[in-house]
Amino acid sequence: MSSPASKTSVDPTTIDTKTMIPTSSDAAAKHQTAAPKMRAANINFYYGSFKALHDVSLEFATNRVTALIGPSGCGKSTFLRNLNRINETLRDTRIEGEITLDGENILDKDVTEIRRRIGMVFQRPNPFPKSIFDNIIYGPKINGMLRHGNAAEIVEKSLRRAALWEEAKDKLNESAYALSGGQQQRLCIARALAVDPEVLLLDEPCSALDPIATAKIEDLLVGLKEQCTIVIVTHNMQQAARVADTTGFFLLGKLIEHDKTDIIFKNPSRRETEDYITGRFG
Amino acid sequence: MRPFEQDINALNEALQEMGALVAQSVHRSVLSLVEKNEDYAHQVLRDEARINQFEIQIDDLATSIIAREQPVAGDMRFVVVAIKINTDLERMGDLAASIVERSLASLRQPQLNVEVNFTDMANLVESMVLTSLDAFVKRDAVLARGILTSDDGIDKLRNQINCQMIELMKKDPSTVERALDYILIARRLERVADHATNIAEDIIFMVKGIDVRHRDRAELAAASQS
Repeated sequence: MSSPASKTSVDPTTIDTKTMIPTSSDAAAKHQTAAPKMRAANINFYYGSFKALHDVSLEFATNRVTALIGPSGCGKSTFLRNLNRINETLRDTRIEGEITLDGENILDKDVTEIRRRIGMVFQRPNPFPKSIFDNIIYGPKINGMLRHGNAAEIVEKSLRRAALWEEAKDKLNESAYALSGGQQQRLCIARALAVDPEVLLLDEPCSALDPIATAKIEDLLVGLKEQCTIVIVTHNMQQAARVADTTGFFLLGKLIEHDKTDIIFKNPSRRETEDYITGRFG
Repeated sequence: MRPFEQDINALNEALQEMGALVAQSVHRSVLSLVEKNEDYAHQVLRDEARINQFEIQIDDLATSIIAREQPVAGDMRFVVVAIKINTDLERMGDLAASIVERSLASLRQPQLNVEVNFTDMANLVESMVLTSLDAFVKRDAVLARGILTSDDGIDKLRNQINCQMIELMKKDPSTVERALDYILIARRLERVADHATNIAEDIIFMVKGIDVRHRDRAELAAASQS
């Protein structure tokens, strides 16, 4: 029933919702006001003469999950891969702009150190042709993080963080290929976590997984954000809606809109975003 | 047209059809009262079953869309609002039936010796119902907003009838049963207007994504000035 409060001559259609009584999503936003862990400013990126990213600026809040969505070829993966400079491994590419981690420009830093601090998980599980144990310990070993006797400790901790310990603890010396696809992807996450990254980048990490394995990865991400800042590229919009605190929509190399996930999926401000998430795009 | 769009269209059409039937029932309930017409009253009672069927059909359609399509943004707001409007319309149908039951009861009793003005209240209620349905069809938040301001007038007219009946009962206790019928009819008309107001609030949410429920005058004024 309508309350007497609604009896007013004020035009409610002109109301600016930002001034309304705080809602649960506003409370969530307040929780997100910590200083950003990473910041990309005015990023332009070129594959040869093709400009793939156009003046993209985006901040990633500390200990939050940011989802990047958009149609194929929109630049979201290209953008993600710039965040730990993986794109530098490609020939004839060029980046303009600034990407900072804790305020320092990562484009000026030692790339090995940057990739230790900013881990990455790819679309298809890509374990090394080694045992489960050796997959985990590879990163700490090449980064000089192994101390006498702490290898087993790192392996257990990493597998626990990736929710894989119970399933893998009795076969640590078996080949990583013996694991299922979903387990292999969690192994890759455990491998990335083994070097204690501050930021974890995931490029469509569940696209090759079944719904049960996907649900495990999503549960994992929600728990992991307490320990690191997460950026995930996904084609699965329901996944973005389920796991992300904020969501950015890319189209034709541009960041069209970035806002709280709740707002993006309930009332996006840009028509392009609405058309894409409701399936009317194109 | 994609299956999703077909489902959304089907939901929209079912709501409009149900809305038209409910508006007709409200209109006939008022006529049965004002014109003392029993035929209209019986038609309202017959149509209530159809309205109830619409309620079930619309809920089923909406839940299917949610389960299969997981709508978001404007589509999500439409489906959520469709479920709420469905409930409001069904309650309006119940209230129309309840009005004619009272109206039929009053027709079987001696008339009161006073003129009870239901016409103004009934006209305003009908106007609110029709405007809310029009706003829904046109997706017009400004039209919906006009309904929110009409509610004041309904309260005033209902209070007039209440006061008139209370005075009558004080003067002549033999009128209590008939006067109570009229008070209850006025109460039901007011409730129909409340549901029309709910629909208007839902339409504003559907169109603008703004929740205007339970806001007092000061809050709305502050919000609209920023």
